[in-house]
Order: sequence, then C-alpha cells, then structure tokens
Amino acid sequence: MPIHDQGYRRYGGGRGRRGHGWAVIAAAGLRTFLARRVFLGLLLASWLPVIVRAVQFYAVVNFPQASVLAVTPDTFRQFLDQQTNFVFFMTVYVGAGLVANDRRANALQIYLSKPLTRSDYVCGKLAILATCLLMVTWVPAIVLLILQAVFAGNFTFLRSHVYLMPAITVFSALQVLSVSAAMLALSSLSKSSRYVALLYAALVFFNIAIFGILRFITGDTSLSWISLPNDLAQIGDAIFRVPLRFATPWPVALLMIVALLVVSGLILERRVRGVEVVA
Amino acid sequence: MFDTSDAPVVTLEDVSVAYGRSPALKNVTTSFAAGAVGLLGPNGAGKSTLLKVLLGFLVPERGRLRVLGLDVAEAALEIRARVGYMPESDAHIPGMNAVSFVAYCGELAGLPRVDAMQRAHEVLYYVGLGEARYRNVETYSAGMKQRIKLAQALVHDPDLLFLDEPTNGMDPKGRDEMLELIRDLGHNKGLNLVLSSHLLPDVEFACDHVVVMDKGAVVAAGPIVALKQPRGQVFELRVKIPAGELDGFLDRLRAAGIECHATDEDVMRAFVPGEGGARDLFAIAAAEHVQVRHLRPSVPTLEDVFAKAVGEE
Repeated sequence: MPIHDQGYRRYGGGRGRRGHGWAVIAAAGLRTFLARRVFLGLLLASWLPVIVRAVQFYAVVNFPQASVLAVTPDTFRQFLDQQTNFVFFMTVYVGAGLVANDRRANALQIYLSKPLTRSDYVCGKLAILATCLLMVTWVPAIVLLILQAVFAGNFTFLRSHVYLMPAITVFSALQVLSVSAAMLALSSLSKSSRYVALLYAALVFFNIAIFGILRFITGDTSLSWISLPNDLAQIGDAIFRVPLRFATPWPVALLMIVALLVVSGLILERRVRGVEVVA
Repeated sequence: MFDTSDAPVVTLEDVSVAYGRSPALKNVTTSFAAGAVGLLGPNGAGKSTLLKVLLGFLVPERGRLRVLGLDVAEAALEIRARVGYMPESDAHIPGMNAVSFVAYCGELAGLPRVDAMQRAHEVLYYVGLGEARYRNVETYSAGMKQRIKLAQALVHDPDLLFLDEPTNGMDPKGRDEMLELIRDLGHNKGLNLVLSSHLLPDVEFACDHVVVMDKGAVVAAGPIVALKQPRGQVFELRVKIPAGELDGFLDRLRAAGIECHATDEDVMRAFVPGEGGARDLFAIAAAEHVQVRHLRPSVPTLEDVFAKAVGEE
C-alpha cells in the first residue's frame, strides 16, 4: 500500500491573527519546563524562603516575643536579595539552552520560515525565561505582601508603605529583564547549552571577583559599577529607599544595566537569523 | 487561496545576491509556473540561496521578487503564512516528540491549537510517520527526519511548498516513497511546489516544469516535455579511436554543432541538430578516420537538457 493512501486534506478552518507568534513560543516553552521535575524542584526550593518569611509574619502578629522580627520595607528588600541565588540557578537551567539548543538543531530556519519576525522569536524566548524568573522573585514577594495583610488583619502596613508594591514590581522587572536579556544573548553565541551555562557562571563570578579585588586595593566601593550584580543591588536599594550599599551613584548603576540591555540586543540582532552567512 | 491558473507562483526580476564578495545569484530573471517545478542545478549553483531569498532569510542586493503575487520585500510575513519550507539540513525543535513538533509548527503558522494538533496527526500519517509520531524527533533516522521536515512544512496547508533537497540521506526505498509523496502533492492535491535538487531523476519524476541553474544564473527553464522535445536527434554513440585523439574528434563534432557528452558507461550521448541525423555522424567519423562501433537512436532525457544547459561534457 502506498504510504500516501492515508490522504492529505486541504485545511478549511480559520487562522489566528498574526503577531501572536511570541505567545505561542512562550507558552510552548513554559509547558516544556513545567513538565520537567528538575524545574519543579528548583521552583519548589525557591519558595522555601517564602514559607520561612510567612512563619515570621505570623509570629510577629501573634507572639509579642517575636516583635524583634517586625516586618519593615527592608524585610522585602532582604527577601529579594535572598532570591538572587535562585535567580542565578533558574537563569542557568532555563536560559542556557533557549537559543543555543535551537541553533544546534537548526531550528531557527524552521521558526523564521513561519510568519514570525526575529523580534517575535526573541520576545517569545525572553518571555519564557522572564516568566520563570518572575515566579521566583515578583510572585513570591507579592504573595508575602498579601500574607502580611492577611495575618495582620488590616492594611496599616501596606497603607504606610504604599510604595512597596510598585518597588517590588519595578525592581523585579529590572532584574528579570536584564538577567534574561544577558542570558539570551549568551545563549545565542553558542550551540552548546552547557558551554553557555559555564560562560554565564564564569562571567558572574569573574565580575564579582574583580570588584572584590579592586575593593581590597582601593579600599572603597566606588568601582562597584563594574559588577552587574552589584549594579542591580545598588538600584534595588535606591528603589526600596534603603541606604545604598556602594559608593557608586545609582544612576551610574542604571546606566550600566541599560548598556547591558543594548549590548544584549545587538548580539541577538546579529545572531538570530534564518541563515548563517559566513562571507 | 492563490489562483492556480496560468499565473506564475514565483517571479524574479534581475535578482542579485552575494555572500560578502562572492556572488551567489547573478541578475536572475525567471518565473516558476503553477504546479510542480524542479529547481535543478549542480551543488553551488545557487538553488538554496534562491529559496532563502524567496523566504526573506537573505536580502538581495538588487531585483524584485514576487511569491504568490506578493512582493517579498513588502509582505514577507504574509508570504510565509502561505508557504511551507522544508530545509536542506536537519532541522527540528529540540526536546519535542513528532506530533508536538508538527503541531507547534502549525500553531506558529497561525493555526488554532486544537486544529494544529489534528492537522499534525493527519500529516504525520500522510508522510508515513503515523506509528512513530510519539517518538522524540532526535531519535529519528535520517529518512524519518526528512519526512518530518515535510510534515512541518505541510501542517498549515500552504499554497506553495519549497522543498530543498528532500531526498538527501534517504535509502532507495525511502527516496522512492518521498518522491511519490511529492508527486502526489503536486499532481493530485493541488499544491504548488518548487523542488530544489541536483538529482535529475528526482525532478523528472516529480515535476512538470524545470528551472536549471548554474553558477548563480538560470541557464534553462520551461516545461520538461518541451525542453526534452528534440530539435534534432539524440544518439548513443561508441567509437574506436586511438588514444589521445578523442578530444580532437569531440571538437570536430562540436564544430559541426553536435553536442556530445559522456555517460556513466563507455558510450556517449550525441545531440545532432537538424535533419541529418546518423548520416552527419557517420560522415564526420569517416572524415576523422574514427570507427563507429555502436550507434543507436535514443530518447532525449532531462539529463541531456541539463548537460546542454550547464555545458558539461
């Protein structure tokens, strides 16, 4: 029996509006990761500090002896600081292969032969990593804010620190966007996700180590802008209105983050193409 | 749907493309008729480059391209929604099984999720991967990978298919089945397709029209039947000739307007224009003191057209 006896029928159904390709990519990517045990384990681990903080919030409200643990805006700043470690692991696990694996499998020409722009592709991939990172930063922080109000039984804390929710949102967005863009750019540079993961880790640690050495030599922290994790921390302090931890002015730190985003965009513009041209 | 009457599905006007300083397409002006069209040429002729320009992967330095009546420079996304592309190299989305991969491609092309999944099952059966559709694509053999590339190109029911070397890496049985599929799509299912290949038999089997390329230029184009139409006669010829004198004999034939090229066996194929036929051949052989050991009239093949067009001997 010839194999085409199963027949081929013309499609008579509707087609979706164009411009949603990024959402299709993002949804498929998230479904893929949510089906992986390692990802779920990592997500679960990143929520353990939420449980600890929730217990803290409950104790402060119900046990006068725990008043030393009183909730302040700095509590939320510290919480987001703690989550930085999970952000690192999540970025490496989710982000390293996002473009690298597609390049290894020549998937870019499949994607770009569909009605998708290169921006759709990049936005879709960015949305996968950004969503995963928001699940370990913004979502738990907002949940904690809500839990505080629930345990306290009133909105006094929220009303007196009305800037907290926007601060959490702005800082999380900045952190997630800069980390995601940097990782996506690195992922587009190689066909090996392992190599990308190592490169990312090496860059982060190298950055921090260089700053540590310079700090030791100069005796001050005015060169903290050379380390992007420090830039994020500095901006975070400014957003949460807590004392700045480095001598670098926060606009300089912000400028570095903007520069990172621009460089990442340029790399992606060059590397995400339907055909590799080696002239 | 595109009107599949006589209007060409693809037209190129004076298109030039270069990779750095190396020209890949040189002032190409041609058109692809509706139906199944072969894009034939040796490796490096510019076939894949032409397909990539039509998809918008590469921007030409000069020229205008129209696909399904739409300008590639202005409506690339609309064109891609109506075109299916089967790339030459292995290509898949990592970490997916076949049905998820094909359905995902359907969604990317604009199909609703449920329809995309249903179409994925259908086209996977059609291309002969029905039983293996839940296997991860990375575990597929070379032949199966070719089939799944065809499936992802078909899932959104395109009006035009670009197939870039679809039989590469396939065993003879798989190759025959793939060509049957392509022929079926082009002749029975009403799809327009461009089959890029360097294999003459593939194009001859599956297509009605052909565009022959060589060194970045179109050297012949038209219906295969018309191109094969003899404007003279074709003969199989074997001669006995002293060593070193063959080139002189061939030059003498060419000077008389007789195209002659070698085949895999020890016979040559000679294209004799005009009405002279065998008499002309014998006359030249006698004049050159060459013994004709075998002379048999033959039917012109696409290979003759190709050899004549690209000037191979």
